[in-house]
Amino acid sequence: MEHVTTIFAGNLQEKNDDKHIGCGECQTSCQSACKTSCTVANQICEQNQ
Amino acid sequence: MVHAFRIGGLRLALDVESGALHSLSEAAFCVLEKRIAGESYEATPDEAAATHNLTQLEQAGQLFSPAADTQVHTHMQKRKPVVKALCLHMAHECNLRCAYCFAGQGNYGTDDRGLMPLEVGKKALDFIIAQSGARRNLEVDFFGGEPMMNFDVVKQLVAYGRAREKETGKRFRFTLTTNGAFLSTDNIPYINENFDNVVMSLDGRPDVNDRMRGTGTYDDLVPKIKAMASARGNASHYVRGTYTRHNLDFATDVLHMADLGFQYLSVEPVVAPPSEDYALREDDLPALFAEYEKLADALLEREKTGKGVRFFHFDIDLDGGPCIAKRVTGCGAGSEYLAVTPGGRLFPCHQFVGDDAFCLGDLDTGVLDIARVHEFSHCHVLTKSECASCWAKYYCSGGCMATAHYANGSILKPDKISCELMRKRIECALYMLAARKI
Repeated sequence: MEHVTTIFAGNLQEKNDDKHIGCGECQTSCQSACKTSCTVANQICEQNQ
Repeated sequence: MVHAFRIGGLRLALDVESGALHSLSEAAFCVLEKRIAGESYEATPDEAAATHNLTQLEQAGQLFSPAADTQVHTHMQKRKPVVKALCLHMAHECNLRCAYCFAGQGNYGTDDRGLMPLEVGKKALDFIIAQSGARRNLEVDFFGGEPMMNFDVVKQLVAYGRAREKETGKRFRFTLTTNGAFLSTDNIPYINENFDNVVMSLDGRPDVNDRMRGTGTYDDLVPKIKAMASARGNASHYVRGTYTRHNLDFATDVLHMADLGFQYLSVEPVVAPPSEDYALREDDLPALFAEYEKLADALLEREKTGKGVRFFHFDIDLDGGPCIAKRVTGCGAGSEYLAVTPGGRLFPCHQFVGDDAFCLGDLDTGVLDIARVHEFSHCHVLTKSECASCWAKYYCSGGCMATAHYANGSILKPDKISCELMRKRIECALYMLAARKI
Protein backbone atom coordinates (compact mmCIF):
# COMPACT_ATOMS: atom_id res chain seq x y z
CA MET A 1 0.00 0.00 0.00
CA GLU A 2 1.30 3.39 -0.99
CA HIS A 3 0.47 5.09 2.28
CA VAL A 4 0.93 2.26 4.76
CA THR A 5 3.72 -0.08 5.76
CA THR A 6 2.43 -2.74 8.09
CA ILE A 7 4.99 -3.56 10.76
CA PHE A 8 2.90 -6.25 12.38
CA ALA A 9 -0.45 -7.57 11.20
CA GLY A 10 -1.77 -8.24 14.71
CA ASN A 11 -2.74 -11.47 16.38
CA LEU A 12 -4.22 -10.57 19.73
CA GLN A 13 -7.62 -11.97 18.82
CA GLU A 14 -6.07 -15.26 17.76
CA LYS A 15 -4.76 -15.57 21.31
CA ASN A 16 -8.26 -15.08 22.63
CA ASP A 17 -9.51 -18.57 21.87
CA ASP A 18 -10.24 -21.37 24.31
CA LYS A 19 -6.85 -22.97 23.75
CA HIS A 20 -4.79 -19.93 24.57
CA ILE A 21 -6.83 -17.84 26.94
CA GLY A 22 -5.65 -17.72 30.51
CA CYS A 23 -3.91 -21.09 30.90
CA GLY A 24 -1.96 -19.36 33.68
CA GLU A 25 1.36 -21.08 33.12
CA CYS A 26 3.17 -17.88 32.22
CA GLN A 27 5.51 -15.93 34.43
CA THR A 28 4.17 -13.38 36.88
CA SER A 29 4.99 -10.05 35.35
CA CYS A 30 6.63 -8.41 38.35
CA GLN A 31 9.04 -11.26 38.79
CA SER A 32 11.89 -10.26 36.57
CA ALA A 33 13.81 -7.09 35.95
CA CYS A 34 11.06 -4.86 37.17
CA LYS A 35 10.17 -4.91 40.79
CA THR A 36 8.27 -1.68 40.60
CA SER A 37 6.75 -1.30 37.18
CA CYS A 38 4.78 -4.14 35.75
CA THR A 39 5.07 -4.88 32.05
CA VAL A 40 3.50 -7.83 30.29
CA ALA A 41 4.26 -7.16 26.67
CA ASN A 42 7.70 -8.69 26.91
CA GLN A 43 6.46 -11.81 28.65
CA ILE A 44 6.60 -15.09 26.83
CA CYS A 45 3.55 -17.27 26.27
CA GLU A 46 4.43 -20.71 27.65
CA GLN A 47 2.52 -22.27 24.80
CA ASN A 48 4.99 -20.77 22.34
CA GLN A 49 8.04 -22.13 24.16
CA MET B 1 -9.42 1.95 19.44
CA VAL B 2 -6.41 3.27 17.51
CA HIS B 3 -3.41 5.11 18.93
CA ALA B 4 -1.67 7.33 16.37
CA PHE B 5 1.59 8.96 17.33
CA ARG B 6 4.66 10.60 15.88
CA ILE B 7 8.08 9.56 17.04
CA GLY B 8 11.60 9.74 15.63
CA GLY B 9 10.38 10.96 12.24
CA LEU B 10 7.88 8.10 11.92
CA ARG B 11 4.10 8.21 12.05
CA LEU B 12 2.77 5.08 13.70
CA ALA B 13 -0.67 3.65 14.31
CA LEU B 14 -1.38 0.90 16.81
CA ASP B 15 -4.67 -0.94 16.41
CA VAL B 16 -5.28 -1.72 20.05
CA GLU B 17 -7.63 -4.70 19.83
CA SER B 18 -5.74 -6.62 17.14
CA GLY B 19 -2.25 -5.48 18.10
CA ALA B 20 -1.50 -4.48 14.49
CA LEU B 21 1.16 -1.80 14.04
CA HIS B 22 1.45 0.36 10.95
CA SER B 23 3.79 3.06 9.71
CA LEU B 24 1.88 5.74 7.81
CA SER B 25 2.55 8.40 5.22
CA GLU B 26 1.97 11.99 6.27
CA ALA B 27 -1.33 12.03 4.37
CA ALA B 28 -2.54 8.78 5.95
CA PHE B 29 -1.54 9.98 9.40
CA CYS B 30 -3.47 13.24 8.96
CA VAL B 31 -6.54 11.38 7.72
CA LEU B 32 -6.33 8.95 10.60
CA GLU B 33 -5.99 11.72 13.18
CA LYS B 34 -9.11 13.39 11.78
CA ARG B 35 -10.95 10.10 11.82
CA ILE B 36 -9.98 9.45 15.45
CA ALA B 37 -11.07 12.97 16.40
CA GLY B 38 -14.35 12.50 14.52
CA GLU B 39 -13.64 15.48 12.29
CA SER B 40 -15.05 15.74 8.78
CA TYR B 41 -12.63 16.78 6.05
CA GLU B 42 -12.39 17.44 2.37
CA ALA B 43 -9.79 15.02 1.06
CA THR B 44 -7.00 16.06 -1.24
CA PRO B 45 -6.16 13.48 -3.97
CA ASP B 46 -3.31 12.22 -1.79
CA GLU B 47 -5.61 11.96 1.21
CA ALA B 48 -8.19 10.10 -0.87
CA ALA B 49 -5.61 7.44 -1.71
CA ALA B 50 -4.58 7.32 1.94
CA THR B 51 -8.19 6.95 3.00
CA HIS B 52 -8.53 4.01 0.64
CA ASN B 53 -5.48 2.33 2.22
CA LEU B 54 -6.85 2.89 5.71
CA THR B 55 -10.16 1.37 4.64
CA GLN B 56 -8.29 -1.66 3.35
CA LEU B 57 -6.64 -2.06 6.76
CA GLU B 58 -9.99 -1.76 8.47
CA GLN B 59 -11.50 -4.41 6.23
CA ALA B 60 -8.54 -6.70 7.00
CA GLY B 61 -9.20 -6.35 10.74
CA GLN B 62 -6.03 -4.34 11.28
CA LEU B 63 -7.49 -0.93 12.11
CA PHE B 64 -10.40 0.05 14.32
CA SER B 65 -10.88 -3.58 15.25
CA PRO B 66 -13.83 -3.99 17.58
CA ALA B 67 -13.18 -4.86 21.19
CA ALA B 68 -13.52 -8.59 21.67
CA ASP B 69 -13.65 -8.39 25.41
CA THR B 70 -16.79 -10.44 26.02
CA GLN B 71 -14.78 -13.62 26.12
CA VAL B 72 -12.09 -12.04 28.25
CA HIS B 73 -14.70 -10.57 30.62
CA THR B 74 -16.24 -14.01 31.01
CA HIS B 75 -12.84 -15.54 31.61
CA MET B 76 -11.91 -12.93 34.20
CA GLN B 77 -15.18 -13.42 36.06
CA LYS B 78 -14.84 -17.20 36.12
CA ARG B 79 -11.13 -17.42 36.86
CA LYS B 80 -10.02 -18.80 40.17
CA PRO B 81 -6.46 -17.60 40.64
CA VAL B 82 -3.95 -19.87 42.34
CA VAL B 83 -0.73 -18.78 44.01
CA LYS B 84 2.03 -19.36 41.49
CA ALA B 85 4.76 -16.99 42.59
CA LEU B 86 6.34 -16.01 45.86
CA CYS B 87 8.72 -13.25 46.77
CA LEU B 88 10.70 -14.63 49.69
CA HIS B 89 12.14 -11.92 51.91
CA MET B 90 15.22 -13.87 52.92
CA ALA B 91 16.67 -10.95 54.87
CA HIS B 92 15.09 -7.84 56.27
CA GLU B 93 18.59 -6.53 56.50
CA CYS B 94 20.87 -4.99 53.95
CA ASN B 95 24.56 -4.22 53.71
CA LEU B 96 23.84 -1.10 51.66
CA ARG B 97 21.96 2.04 52.64
CA CYS B 98 20.46 3.19 49.35
CA ALA B 99 18.75 6.52 49.91
CA TYR B 100 15.68 5.69 47.81
CA CYS B 101 15.12 2.17 49.18
CA PHE B 102 11.38 1.49 49.39
CA ALA B 103 12.23 -1.26 51.88
CA GLY B 104 13.51 1.15 54.52
CA GLN B 105 17.10 -0.02 54.04
CA GLY B 106 15.97 -3.60 54.27
CA ASN B 107 13.68 -3.86 57.28
CA TYR B 108 10.55 -2.41 55.63
CA GLY B 109 9.96 -0.36 58.77
CA THR B 110 8.64 -3.41 60.58
CA ASP B 111 9.50 -5.44 63.66
CA ASP B 112 9.68 -8.47 61.37
CA ARG B 113 13.45 -8.13 60.99
CA GLY B 114 16.43 -10.37 60.59
CA LEU B 115 16.96 -13.40 58.41
CA MET B 116 14.37 -15.91 57.25
CA PRO B 117 14.93 -19.21 59.09
CA LEU B 118 15.20 -22.36 56.99
CA GLU B 119 11.98 -23.75 58.44
CA VAL B 120 10.01 -20.67 57.39
CA GLY B 121 11.44 -20.92 53.88
CA LYS B 122 10.53 -24.59 53.65
CA LYS B 123 7.00 -23.83 54.81
CA ALA B 124 6.80 -21.17 52.10
CA LEU B 125 7.77 -23.66 49.40
CA ASP B 126 5.29 -26.20 50.79
CA PHE B 127 2.67 -23.43 50.82
CA ILE B 128 3.08 -22.54 47.16
CA ILE B 129 3.03 -26.19 46.14
CA ALA B 130 -0.19 -26.70 48.07
CA GLN B 131 -1.80 -23.50 46.80
CA SER B 132 -0.84 -23.76 43.15
CA GLY B 133 -3.49 -26.23 42.00
CA ALA B 134 -2.79 -27.65 38.55
CA ARG B 135 -0.24 -24.99 37.73
CA ARG B 136 3.12 -26.64 37.05
CA ASN B 137 5.56 -23.74 36.81
CA LEU B 138 6.16 -22.00 40.13
CA GLU B 139 8.31 -18.92 40.60
CA VAL B 140 10.23 -18.03 43.70
CA ASP B 141 12.26 -14.86 43.96
CA PHE B 142 14.84 -14.73 46.72
CA PHE B 143 14.56 -11.11 47.71
CA GLY B 144 15.37 -8.83 50.58
CA GLY B 145 16.82 -6.58 51.92
CA GLU B 146 19.82 -8.42 50.62
CA PRO B 147 19.07 -12.15 50.25
CA MET B 148 22.74 -13.09 50.02
CA MET B 149 23.08 -12.11 53.68
CA ASN B 150 21.17 -15.36 54.20
CA PHE B 151 22.72 -17.32 51.36
CA ASP B 152 23.24 -20.60 53.20
CA VAL B 153 19.50 -20.80 53.75
CA VAL B 154 18.87 -19.78 50.13
CA LYS B 155 20.98 -22.73 48.98
CA GLN B 156 19.22 -25.13 51.32
CA LEU B 157 15.87 -23.91 50.03
CA VAL B 158 16.93 -24.43 46.43
CA ALA B 159 17.88 -28.00 47.32
CA TYR B 160 14.60 -28.47 49.18
CA GLY B 161 12.66 -27.09 46.21
CA ARG B 162 14.43 -29.45 43.81
CA ALA B 163 13.58 -32.40 46.04
CA ARG B 164 9.94 -31.33 46.23
CA GLU B 165 9.84 -30.98 42.43
CA LYS B 166 10.53 -34.68 42.11
CA GLU B 167 7.78 -35.57 44.55
CA THR B 168 5.15 -33.26 43.12
CA GLY B 169 5.84 -32.80 39.41
CA LYS B 170 6.06 -29.06 39.94
CA ARG B 171 8.87 -27.00 38.44
CA PHE B 172 10.46 -24.20 40.46
CA ARG B 173 11.96 -21.23 38.69
CA PHE B 174 14.27 -19.50 41.10
CA THR B 175 15.30 -15.86 40.81
CA LEU B 176 17.95 -14.16 42.87
CA THR B 177 17.58 -10.40 43.25
CA THR B 178 20.79 -9.04 44.75
CA ASN B 179 22.81 -5.87 45.05
CA GLY B 180 25.80 -7.97 44.03
CA ALA B 181 28.04 -7.15 46.96
CA PHE B 182 28.41 -10.77 48.06
CA LEU B 183 28.98 -12.26 44.61
CA SER B 184 32.30 -14.06 44.43
CA THR B 185 34.16 -16.68 42.46
CA ASP B 186 33.00 -19.14 45.15
CA ASN B 187 29.27 -18.64 44.62
CA ILE B 188 28.90 -17.45 41.02
CA PRO B 189 29.12 -20.97 39.50
CA TYR B 190 26.50 -22.22 41.96
CA ILE B 191 24.15 -19.32 41.21
CA ASN B 192 24.65 -19.75 37.50
CA GLU B 193 23.74 -23.39 37.69
CA ASN B 194 20.77 -23.17 40.03
CA PHE B 195 18.92 -19.97 39.23
CA ASP B 196 16.64 -19.32 36.29
CA ASN B 197 17.11 -15.58 36.58
CA VAL B 198 19.54 -13.29 38.34
CA VAL B 199 18.73 -9.62 38.90
CA MET B 200 21.54 -7.34 40.02
CA SER B 201 21.43 -3.67 40.94
CA LEU B 202 23.49 -0.87 39.46
CA ASP B 203 22.29 2.64 38.70
CA GLY B 204 24.70 3.68 35.97
CA ARG B 205 27.51 6.22 36.08
CA PRO B 206 29.76 6.15 39.16
CA ASP B 207 28.56 9.48 40.57
CA VAL B 208 24.89 8.67 39.90
CA ASN B 209 25.20 5.25 41.48
CA ASP B 210 27.20 6.37 44.50
CA ARG B 211 25.01 9.38 45.23
CA MET B 212 22.00 7.19 46.03
CA ARG B 213 23.66 3.89 46.92
CA GLY B 214 26.68 4.98 48.89
CA THR B 215 30.20 6.18 48.19
CA GLY B 216 32.41 3.48 46.74
CA THR B 217 29.58 1.10 45.87
CA TYR B 218 30.13 1.47 42.11
CA ASP B 219 33.78 0.44 42.35
CA ASP B 220 32.91 -2.43 44.65
CA LEU B 221 29.93 -3.77 42.72
CA VAL B 222 30.84 -3.41 39.05
CA PRO B 223 33.56 -6.11 38.95
CA LYS B 224 31.33 -8.55 40.84
CA ILE B 225 28.29 -7.91 38.65
CA LYS B 226 30.50 -8.16 35.57
CA ALA B 227 31.74 -11.57 36.70
CA MET B 228 28.18 -12.80 37.29
CA ALA B 229 26.88 -11.40 33.99
CA SER B 230 29.81 -12.88 32.13
CA ALA B 231 29.19 -16.31 33.64
CA ARG B 232 25.53 -15.94 32.78
CA GLY B 233 26.08 -15.22 29.09
CA ASN B 234 22.68 -15.26 27.44
CA ALA B 235 20.96 -17.06 30.30
CA SER B 236 18.32 -14.88 31.90
CA HIS B 237 19.73 -12.04 33.98
CA TYR B 238 19.33 -8.30 34.28
CA VAL B 239 21.44 -5.48 35.51
CA ARG B 240 18.80 -3.13 36.76
CA GLY B 241 18.92 0.37 38.10
CA THR B 242 16.71 3.11 39.42
CA TYR B 243 16.63 6.65 38.14
CA THR B 244 15.52 9.61 40.19
CA ARG B 245 15.04 13.35 39.82
CA HIS B 246 18.80 13.63 40.29
CA ASN B 247 19.48 11.89 36.97
CA LEU B 248 16.73 12.83 34.57
CA ASP B 249 19.39 12.17 31.93
CA PHE B 250 19.17 8.46 32.75
CA ALA B 251 19.70 7.41 29.12
CA THR B 252 23.35 8.18 29.71
CA ASP B 253 23.31 5.73 32.61
CA VAL B 254 21.75 2.98 30.52
CA LEU B 255 24.34 3.55 27.83
CA HIS B 256 27.12 3.65 30.41
CA MET B 257 26.09 0.20 31.59
CA ALA B 258 25.89 -0.98 27.99
CA ASP B 259 29.45 0.30 27.53
CA LEU B 260 30.48 -1.74 30.56
CA GLY B 261 29.48 -4.78 28.53
CA PHE B 262 26.13 -5.58 30.13
CA GLN B 263 23.66 -7.00 27.62
CA TYR B 264 20.41 -7.13 29.59
CA LEU B 265 19.46 -3.87 31.19
CA SER B 266 16.57 -2.33 33.03
CA VAL B 267 16.43 1.13 34.54
CA GLU B 268 13.25 2.18 36.22
CA PRO B 269 11.69 5.30 37.68
CA VAL B 270 12.09 5.60 41.44
CA VAL B 271 9.12 4.84 43.69
CA ALA B 272 9.10 7.57 46.30
CA PRO B 273 6.76 9.85 48.24
CA PRO B 274 6.47 13.31 46.63
CA SER B 275 8.10 14.87 49.70
CA GLU B 276 11.49 13.41 48.76
CA ASP B 277 13.79 15.67 46.77
CA TYR B 278 14.67 12.79 44.45
CA ALA B 279 11.03 11.90 43.69
CA LEU B 280 9.90 12.39 40.09
CA ARG B 281 7.37 15.15 39.53
CA GLU B 282 4.75 15.74 36.90
CA ASP B 283 6.70 18.67 35.51
CA ASP B 284 9.65 16.32 34.88
CA LEU B 285 7.62 14.37 32.34
CA PRO B 286 8.57 16.32 29.19
CA ALA B 287 12.27 15.85 29.97
CA LEU B 288 11.73 12.16 30.74
CA PHE B 289 9.79 11.62 27.51
CA ALA B 290 12.62 13.20 25.55
CA GLU B 291 15.10 11.03 27.43
CA TYR B 292 13.28 7.82 26.57
CA GLU B 293 13.19 8.82 22.89
CA LYS B 294 16.88 9.67 23.03
CA LEU B 295 17.56 6.27 24.55
CA ALA B 296 15.53 4.47 21.88
CA ASP B 297 17.51 6.21 19.11
CA ALA B 298 20.82 5.51 20.84
CA LEU B 299 19.98 1.83 21.23
CA LEU B 300 19.01 1.60 17.57
CA GLU B 301 22.35 3.17 16.64
CA ARG B 302 24.20 0.63 18.80
CA GLU B 303 22.38 -2.20 17.02
CA LYS B 304 23.64 -0.92 13.68
CA THR B 305 27.22 -1.26 14.89
CA GLY B 306 26.69 -4.72 16.35
CA LYS B 307 26.59 -3.48 19.93
CA GLY B 308 22.90 -3.93 20.60
CA VAL B 309 21.62 -4.52 24.12
CA ARG B 310 18.22 -5.50 25.49
CA PHE B 311 16.47 -2.80 27.51
CA PHE B 312 13.68 -4.42 29.50
CA HIS B 313 11.08 -1.71 29.02
CA PHE B 314 11.63 -1.43 25.27
CA ASP B 315 11.47 -5.16 24.82
CA ILE B 316 8.10 -5.96 23.31
CA ASP B 317 7.42 -9.20 21.47
CA LEU B 318 4.44 -8.35 19.28
CA ASP B 319 4.15 -11.82 17.80
CA GLY B 320 4.89 -14.10 20.72
CA GLY B 321 3.54 -12.16 23.69
CA PRO B 322 0.94 -13.47 26.09
CA CYS B 323 -2.83 -13.92 25.61
CA ILE B 324 -5.27 -11.12 26.33
CA ALA B 325 -6.29 -12.70 29.64
CA LYS B 326 -2.71 -12.39 30.87
CA ARG B 327 -2.46 -8.90 29.47
CA VAL B 328 -5.46 -7.68 31.42
CA THR B 329 -4.57 -9.57 34.60
CA GLY B 330 -1.33 -7.77 35.33
CA CYS B 331 1.13 -8.83 37.97
CA GLY B 332 -1.25 -11.00 39.99
CA ALA B 333 -0.21 -9.42 43.29
CA GLY B 334 -2.43 -10.49 46.15
CA SER B 335 -3.87 -13.47 44.33
CA GLU B 336 -1.27 -15.21 42.18
CA TYR B 337 1.78 -13.59 43.69
CA LEU B 338 2.50 -13.10 47.39
CA ALA B 339 5.41 -11.86 49.45
CA VAL B 340 6.60 -13.75 52.53
CA THR B 341 8.45 -11.95 55.33
CA PRO B 342 11.27 -13.54 57.38
CA GLY B 343 8.70 -14.28 60.08
CA GLY B 344 6.37 -15.97 57.59
CA ARG B 345 3.73 -13.26 57.21
CA LEU B 346 2.00 -12.98 53.84
CA PHE B 347 1.47 -9.74 51.90
CA PRO B 348 0.07 -9.04 48.41
CA CYS B 349 3.56 -8.20 47.19
CA HIS B 350 6.91 -6.89 48.40
CA GLN B 351 5.70 -3.31 48.01
CA PHE B 352 3.00 -3.80 50.65
CA VAL B 353 5.29 -5.42 53.22
CA GLY B 354 5.42 -3.23 56.29
CA ASP B 355 1.83 -2.05 55.89
CA ASP B 356 -0.08 -4.19 58.40
CA ALA B 357 -3.41 -3.27 56.85
CA PHE B 358 -2.35 -5.44 53.91
CA CYS B 359 -1.17 -8.48 55.87
CA LEU B 360 -3.14 -11.40 54.44
CA GLY B 361 -2.22 -14.00 57.06
CA ASP B 362 0.86 -16.12 57.61
CA LEU B 363 2.31 -19.47 56.61
CA ASP B 364 0.72 -21.19 59.62
CA THR B 365 -2.77 -19.78 59.18
CA GLY B 366 -2.70 -19.49 55.40
CA VAL B 367 -4.45 -16.59 53.73
CA LEU B 368 -7.11 -15.29 56.09
CA ASP B 369 -8.06 -12.01 54.50
CA ILE B 370 -10.15 -13.47 51.70
CA ALA B 371 -11.88 -10.14 51.06
CA ARG B 372 -8.53 -8.54 50.37
CA VAL B 373 -7.53 -11.33 47.98
CA HIS B 374 -10.86 -10.88 46.19
CA GLU B 375 -10.18 -7.14 45.96
CA PHE B 376 -6.78 -7.77 44.36
CA SER B 377 -7.92 -10.51 42.00
CA HIS B 378 -10.69 -8.25 40.73
CA CYS B 379 -8.34 -5.34 40.19
CA HIS B 380 -7.39 -5.60 36.56
CA VAL B 381 -7.53 -3.66 33.33
CA LEU B 382 -11.22 -4.38 32.74
CA THR B 383 -12.27 -3.15 36.19
CA LYS B 384 -10.23 0.05 36.17
CA SER B 385 -11.99 2.73 34.16
CA GLU B 386 -8.80 4.61 33.35
CA CYS B 387 -7.17 1.41 32.07
CA ALA B 388 -10.12 0.10 30.08
CA SER B 389 -10.06 3.22 27.89
CA CYS B 390 -6.25 3.42 27.60
CA TRP B 391 -4.56 2.44 24.34
CA ALA B 392 -1.66 0.89 26.26
CA LYS B 393 -3.79 -1.54 28.26
CA TYR B 394 -2.59 -4.74 26.57
CA TYR B 395 1.08 -3.82 27.02
CA CYS B 396 1.11 -2.30 30.49
CA SER B 397 -1.62 -4.47 32.08
CA GLY B 398 -2.73 -1.88 34.58
CA GLY B 399 0.43 -0.84 36.33
CA CYS B 400 1.56 -1.38 39.88
CA MET B 401 -1.26 -1.69 42.42
CA ALA B 402 0.99 -0.65 45.29
CA THR B 403 2.02 2.52 43.49
CA ALA B 404 -1.66 3.22 42.79
CA HIS B 405 -2.60 2.69 46.43
CA TYR B 406 0.16 4.84 47.87
CA ALA B 407 -0.39 7.61 45.29
CA ASN B 408 -4.18 7.68 45.18
CA GLY B 409 -5.47 5.63 48.10
CA SER B 410 -6.90 2.89 45.88
CA ILE B 411 -5.41 0.00 43.99
CA LEU B 412 -8.00 0.75 41.31
CA LYS B 413 -6.68 4.27 40.61
CA PRO B 414 -3.40 4.14 38.68
CA ASP B 415 -0.67 6.64 39.40
CA LYS B 416 -0.58 9.33 36.73
CA ILE B 417 3.20 9.70 36.45
CA SER B 418 3.65 5.92 36.21
CA CYS B 419 1.02 5.74 33.46
CA GLU B 420 2.58 8.56 31.48
CA LEU B 421 6.01 6.96 31.65
CA MET B 422 4.65 3.54 30.76
CA ARG B 423 2.88 4.91 27.68
CA LYS B 424 6.04 6.64 26.54
CA ARG B 425 8.11 3.48 27.02
CA ILE B 426 5.61 1.49 24.97
CA GLU B 427 5.64 4.11 22.22
CA CYS B 428 9.44 3.89 22.16
CA ALA B 429 9.33 0.09 22.06
CA LEU B 430 6.91 0.15 19.12
CA TYR B 431 9.03 2.78 17.43
CA MET B 432 12.12 0.60 17.70
CA LEU B 433 10.27 -2.34 16.15
CA ALA B 434 9.09 -0.13 13.30
CA ALA B 435 12.48 1.52 12.78
CA ARG B 436 14.15 -1.88 12.45
CA LYS B 437 11.72 -2.86 9.70
CA ILE B 438 11.70 0.33 7.64
